[in-house]
Amino acid sequence: MTRALAADEAPNPWFSPSYVSDNWHTIVGYLGQHVRLTVGAVLLGTLIALPLALLARRTRLLSGPVLGLSSVVYTIPSLAMFSFLAPVTGPLSATTVLVGLTLYTLVILVRNFLAGLQGVPADVREAARGMGYGPARLFWQVDLPLALPAFMAGLRIATVSTVALVTVGVITGNGGLGQLIVGGFNANFYRAEIVTGALGCVLLALVADVLLAGVERLLTPWTRAVRA
Amino acid sequence: MSAVGDAVVYLNDPFNWTRPDGILDLLVEHLAISAAAVLLAAVLAIPAGVLLGRSGRGGGAIVVLSNVSRAVPTLALLTVFAVTPIGFSDTATVLALAVFAVPPMLTNTSVGFREVDRDVVEAARAMGMSRGQLLTRVETPLALPLVMTGIRTAAVQVVATATLAALVGGGGLGRIINLGFGQQDLGQILAGAVVVAALALLTELVLVLVSWALTPGPRRLPFRPARRGPAAEPEPTAAGVPL
Repeated sequence: MTRALAADEAPNPWFSPSYVSDNWHTIVGYLGQHVRLTVGAVLLGTLIALPLALLARRTRLLSGPVLGLSSVVYTIPSLAMFSFLAPVTGPLSATTVLVGLTLYTLVILVRNFLAGLQGVPADVREAARGMGYGPARLFWQVDLPLALPAFMAGLRIATVSTVALVTVGVITGNGGLGQLIVGGFNANFYRAEIVTGALGCVLLALVADVLLAGVERLLTPWTRAVRA
Repeated sequence: MSAVGDAVVYLNDPFNWTRPDGILDLLVEHLAISAAAVLLAAVLAIPAGVLLGRSGRGGGAIVVLSNVSRAVPTLALLTVFAVTPIGFSDTATVLALAVFAVPPMLTNTSVGFREVDRDVVEAARAMGMSRGQLLTRVETPLALPLVMTGIRTAAVQVVATATLAALVGGGGLGRIINLGFGQQDLGQILAGAVVVAALALLTELVLVLVSWALTPGPRRLPFRPARRGPAAEPEPTAAGVPL
């Protein structure tokens, strides 16, 4: 053991409250970016996935290619995804990260939305149509409530994995809390900064998941009545 | 698009492939890291999955484990391992990647063994098979498709996430991309992305074919055209997440 790096002698705690309080504004800034990217990607993904799932439900001709294409997108590593987008959206722009993350959420959401819509019993839709429901009312009052658990499950998976993936955006300089992780690594392996970033990501994912679970409970009061 | 042209030029230059730390060197390193991580995880996860699946216990714990592992960014663990006494090296990368390869293998193996038809096991026992025979001749062949799905999911995930090691001083093909971003060289970025994505897709393809060849009984063609019914089932595996 003859390594004589300055880093070995200087105190390098795993967590330091003074680091957090001294750098509060920086941390909150990156946290804000993390949240913005996550919310943006999940919202955009939902807006695109819903019509796609509705279209794909109509015919197997469409659902096959949609699912096939989505599993190919799934397999592309995130770093490669951002790299493919870099020449189009700019190598240092947050748009690159946002578009890449949206593509991934899209894949998760289309699958889950489609599964939810296909789970709506055909006779229920038939009955509603027989009662004179138009397509819009059929969607809002029959499809959506019945498919909601699957929709929310998809949203939760998409959100939690997006929170984790934002960190890879660090390659463009827009990695939210990932900036702290790599920043600490580059600052002579400063552990407190790395751990703050990592813990922040995990906590953010947890909070987002709990929030969405709460929203699901609020939106589906009938499932609670059964349990109680 | 000059970036595409630059990428083609980069990939067409034999020197970029064969020089020290060129694409071939990095590819070998990438594959060695990935193989070590998958092997390490398999040695731990598959026996554990067999035990848990046969006893029918631990289902809840496995679900919690896979959900938690989804929330932890790979980059975070790669970095944290690099600043422990392990130091930043390929060892740290292998360990971090192995941690993320465990949940999909554990989940699929235990589900595979738990879902083996009890009647078939009962019949085999009635025919006088010992516990060992039961495991090797009845349960393993029946659970194999799911076990292979777990290995494939984990392997593709490891090959994909191994690129992230480059962000924190590790090796592998991610270095081409990282270097490209560092130099704002769009051609090199794109070339790296093509190599990395091709490797991930190729890994998936090869493992689909391997599990197809290994699966006993009436074979379904790869890419699961069968299993009609509830189509579009969301991924049952733990790693139903982007990489």
